[in-house]
This record gives sequence, structure tokens and C-alpha cells, in this order.
Amino acid sequence: MASRLRAIDPAGTLAAAALTALVLGTLAAVAIQAGGPGGLGPWDWRAVWFTLWQAVVSATLSAVLAIPVARALARRRFAGRAVLVTLLGAPFILPVIVAIMGLVSVFGRSGIVNEALAALGLPALSIYGWQGVILAHVFFNLPLAVRMILHGWQAIPAERFRLARSLGFAPADIGRHLERPMLREILPGAWLAVFLVCLTSFAVALALGGGPRATTVELAIYQAFRFDFDMGKAATLGLIQVGLCLLALILSARVAIPAAFGSGMDRAADLRGPPGWRRGADGIAIGLAALFLLLPMLSVILQGAPRLHDLPVSVWQAALRSVIMALISAAATLVLGLALALSIARGHRWVEAAGMLPLVASPLVLGTGLYLMLRGIASPTELALPVTVAINAAMALPFALRILIPAARSLRADYGRLADSLAMHGTARLRLLTLPRLARPLGFAGGLSAALAMGDLGVITLFADSENATLPLKLYQLMNSYRMADAAACAVLLMAISFALFWIFDRGGRAHAAI
Amino acid sequence: MLRFDRAEARLGSFVLRADFNIAPGARVAVIGPSGSGKSTLLGMVSGFVPLSSGGIGWRDRDLSPLPPGERPVSILFQDQNLFPHLSVAQNVGLGLRPDLKLSAAQTRDVQAALDQVGLSAMADRRPAQLSGGQQSRVALARVALRARPILLLDEAFSALGPALKADMLALLARIADETGATVLMVTHDPDDARAFAPETVVVIDGVAEPPVPTAPLLDDPPPALAAYLG
Repeated sequence: MASRLRAIDPAGTLAAAALTALVLGTLAAVAIQAGGPGGLGPWDWRAVWFTLWQAVVSATLSAVLAIPVARALARRRFAGRAVLVTLLGAPFILPVIVAIMGLVSVFGRSGIVNEALAALGLPALSIYGWQGVILAHVFFNLPLAVRMILHGWQAIPAERFRLARSLGFAPADIGRHLERPMLREILPGAWLAVFLVCLTSFAVALALGGGPRATTVELAIYQAFRFDFDMGKAATLGLIQVGLCLLALILSARVAIPAAFGSGMDRAADLRGPPGWRRGADGIAIGLAALFLLLPMLSVILQGAPRLHDLPVSVWQAALRSVIMALISAAATLVLGLALALSIARGHRWVEAAGMLPLVASPLVLGTGLYLMLRGIASPTELALPVTVAINAAMALPFALRILIPAARSLRADYGRLADSLAMHGTARLRLLTLPRLARPLGFAGGLSAALAMGDLGVITLFADSENATLPLKLYQLMNSYRMADAAACAVLLMAISFALFWIFDRGGRAHAAI
Repeated sequence: MLRFDRAEARLGSFVLRADFNIAPGARVAVIGPSGSGKSTLLGMVSGFVPLSSGGIGWRDRDLSPLPPGERPVSILFQDQNLFPHLSVAQNVGLGLRPDLKLSAAQTRDVQAALDQVGLSAMADRRPAQLSGGQQSRVALARVALRARPILLLDEAFSALGPALKADMLALLARIADETGATVLMVTHDPDDARAFAPETVVVIDGVAEPPVPTAPLLDDPPPALAAYLG
């Protein structure tokens, strides 16, 4: 009887099948086209090496630098602390190209850092090259790592700290008995999370890297596709990228990755910060981190906001195009994600595996595969927007599922039997039970998906020309043609729309959430 | 007649067997140590626990292939009997139509059912604004409205204090009288069994025994039950 009920799940099965077809179909297209490793030159192998190297360095720097910041945030209370902790979540939905714009304005040739160095008579730093790639990765992932480690600190029970105080522990003793064991547990997961993000990094490498010493595999795929138009090579590189992703996934199956978003992060641990010099050190850690994260954004806003009204019409057209694409993409993610999550909550394990499939492929690999499959039917410019929407929807799905699966599971555990006993099925169940009770996670997941899609500068670069550019691509084109004033204004617009989309979805979910 | 026809359910290594009949309109208590399978017995009837062999029938109908919502059964759980995001009236209305598209007559029936449990003034409130006893009354109003011939209670009132519980049992008896329902009530309070159920099913060591008269059973319990009752 129960097995019979479990078999009836057309929506989840359909969603899983569609997703599997998209990912595995494109991978098959890539595999058929791939020439084999003989087609790759030393340049390409250097890209593989650089991809791994920069991911290791970025992850290590982010994790190590995050420790003092997280500890300071855990044990100090100050005005603006809650806002700062919330802002640490912002880079997740901050468009990559906007952050790059900010970093260039601070660390670039005429940025304040180089002006200060020049005033001191020191040689100038260049943001272009491997150091720029790593700087940008740390900028994005340091906050992520801080939030994970902060979570670890807050997860130490308050009773332990009380016990430590009653035993007269010095900071070093607290470190040995409480903090280091926690870090040993949390750090590998935090490191791996950053490593995973950096492994498929494209936009950062596109804007700041390039050349033999700073090309990632994703960027090499783009170059093979766009400049050499060597589809065999693009496909071979795509397979290598899939191999790297698989390797990372196998690693991550052994290490638990801690939560980096969600609520409850602004609670301060019941931890009395030690007085004396450590107070100053904590202040410096927080101050430097805040400066590093906020200065680039402030710099972009100050440059760009006054010029918003002067933006050319083509930028506003690109903005409208991007908003429509982001909304379609978020809607697709939510429909697929909800169908998959409900199915997974009923115990369909293979559906869960299907939902995580996008992690195996990177956006550029999927884009290459879709192009290979569809090139007989449509031209690259015709493919640009629909392919981008489809891939953004698929890439946001693992994040959406991480939010929706636990919610769907508890919905089923709490009200599944009651709804079954009252014969609530189909649309009645969706309307009266599922949507009202999942409104909050759906809003949050929808906001993340929309913001990610809005800010994405990935697969669109393979296909688009200036006629059908999205807003992030428009921004990249403005930066490339050194129209920095317009670029800053465009960055402000993109950032504002991304955050607004997230806020509207999240707010909408909360407003419709059942008590 | 509710028939357990060599019904057997397996949950991992746990097995529950039942082979007896319950007369229509009977009120039966189900008692036994925790973990003995009382809830599993109710799950077999309500359809949440699949049978591994044997059958369960009501009158001349085999219940086994029916999903929970299509069985002639209403069930009250220990908690989560109401949807917290729906109003009291909506929660009761679900008993008539699971999609809540109620006709004018059905809306009047919902109001009448709320009248019957003394909650007509609370129709538009959410369950969280009600006391525990009031929430139980809402669930009972829905049971009355559904008027299914079999009514299962899985420790439904165990969280209530003694006076409230007595009220609920009285209300339950009234509803069962009106609808002629056959009631199976899991309880760990022998006094509930005495007050409400002329017959009792003892569940011990994976076997649900046929129903026997409650008072003699509790006055002179067999050793295994005596150990549980203390």
C-alpha cells in the first residue's frame, strides 16, 4: 500500500528526468566531441595546474584569515555587529563582476592602495594576474568562511565556557580545550567549500586573469570556444573540468560542509572576550576585514551612484533583459526544486542524486554541450538567452535543494499523515498545505536563485554579442572598453537589482508564510 | 464488523499480528506497554502501516488496497491534528472537502459542527490561539462532520489534564453515539479504558489479543499486563 503510494509521483520523476537529461545529455555531447588528451598543448595543462593551485591557495588563505575574524566576532559585542554579520552573507548574492569592479577601483592602477604605495615610494601592485584572481576569491570567500567558523564558535555550548571560567582558564587554555577541537572539526569543511567554489571560477579569471600564468580550465574552455572555435579542444577541457568537479565531490562526501547561510548567525556566543591586548587585536581583525569587504563596494557606489541617470539606453535594455531572464530562471528553479524536494522527502534517493547532478558540471561545460546539441537548430546568438536561463536555473538548483529538502522533510513528518488521512492530494494539497507552509524557504530559495541568475557572468559570454547582452555582460564590456564611469554606474545598478530581487522574494516568502 | 484476518505488519525486525473481529459500534480500548505495537495496530487500520500478510476488512470490503484518505476511517493523533496555518473553520471543513471548496450548505454544516463542540465563536481563529482542550474539540468537530464508521484515537487526549480529558471522552462518546462509529482508542491510562470502553484489546510482545471485557481484565490482569500496569 505504502509502496503503491510512493510510486505515484509524476512531478518529481519528471523533474528529475528533465534535469538528468539536461546534465548527462550535455555531458554526453561533450564526451563525443572531445578529442582526447592528445589534443591539449602545454598551455592547457598549465590551466589545469593553475586551476588546482589557485583553488588551494584561495581556500587556504580564506580559511586561515577567517579564524581571527570569526573569533573576534564570536567574543566581542559592539554596535553594528549584527549588521556586519548580515553583510558577511551578502557576497553570496553579490554579482561577481560588480565585486571585481570594486576591487579594481581599490587595488587597481589608480586605486587608493596604489596611490598610498606611491606616496610611500613603494612599487605599484597589479591586480591583473594570479594575485588578482586570488585576491578576488578571498574577497568572495572570506565572508563565507567567517560565517562557517563563526557558526562553529556559536555551536560550542555556553556551559563549556561557563565551566572554563569557573576553572580559571586563560585564553590559551580555552584555545586548547574548546576552540581548537572545534576548528579541527569545522575548518576542513570550510576549506573544501571555498575550494569547490574556486574550482569552477570563471568570471574572476576572465576579468582579472588570462595569459599563461592565470588561466583556469573554465577560462580555457571559453577561449577554445570563442577565439579558436576549436570545439574538440573545448570539449576535452570540459571533460577535464568534469573530472575536477567529480574529484572535489568525492572529497566532499567525506567531509561535512558546514552551513553558511540561514538564520541564527547574529547571536553572540556566551563568551567573555579576554581583556588587554587581545581586545585591540580583535578590533583590528574586525576592522581590517570590514574595510577589505566594504571599501570596494563603497568605492563603486560612490563613483557610480551619481552617474546612474546618465547611463546609456542600452544598459537599461540589458537590465530589463536580465531581470526577465532572472525571473524565468528563478521560477524554473523553484518549480523543479519543489517537485524534487517533495519527492526526496518521500524517500526517493535517486531523485536526490539527480538534484545534485549540476554540481558535476560547470556552467561552461553545460553551455558547450548545449551548443553542440543545438547548433544544427539555432545560431549561437539565438541560443544565448535561452541557454543562459536554463543553465542558471540548473546551477541554482543544488542551493535551492539545500534549503527546500529539510523544509519538505519536516513538512511531511509533521503534517503528511494528517493530510493523507484527510485525502488531501494534488492541487488541493499544494494550495492548502505545501505552498503556505513552505512559503518562507521557497521565498529564500527563489531570492537566491534570482540574484544568482541576475549577476551571472558565465555561459552568456560564449554566445552573446552586444545586441543581446545581459547586464553583467554589459558591465564587463564597459570595463573592457575603459568606460569606467559608466561601468561604475552600471555596477551600482546591477548590485541594486540583484539585492532587490533577493529581498523581494525573501520578503514575499515571509509575508505569505503560515504561522 | 472490523475484521483482522491474520493481519501481520513488519517494521524492521518488529512484527505485530492480529486475528480477531470487532463488532460494529463497539468501543474498544487498546492497552499495552510502550513499544508493544499499539500504534502499529491503529496504523494497520488507518493505512499508514502496510500489511506484510493477511488482510483487514470492514463489512464486506477489503481495506488493504485503499490509501489512508479513502478508508472509512477517521484518526486522531497525539498531536498535529490541526493545520496551524488554517483557521478553525477551515480545519473542520477539510473533513467535508479536502480542497475546501465548500457549498453554502457545507459551510453551514461546518458551523453546526463547531456549535456542537461549543466553539462557534472561534471559527476564524488559528489553532495557536486556542487552548489544548479547544484544539481537541476542533479535531473532534471534524471527526463528527466526517462521520466515518471507524474512529481511531492514538493517545489523542494524553496531553490534557484529567478534567479536560474526561470532558473530551464524554464528547467523544456523544459523537460516537450519533454516528454509530466503531472506536479504537489507544491509551496508557486504565481509568480511560474503564470509563469509555466496555472492551479492551491487549497488545503485548507483538501480538494484539482479541478484545475482552474491560472491567474483569483490569481487575484481574494476566501477568504480563499486570507488570505493565504496576
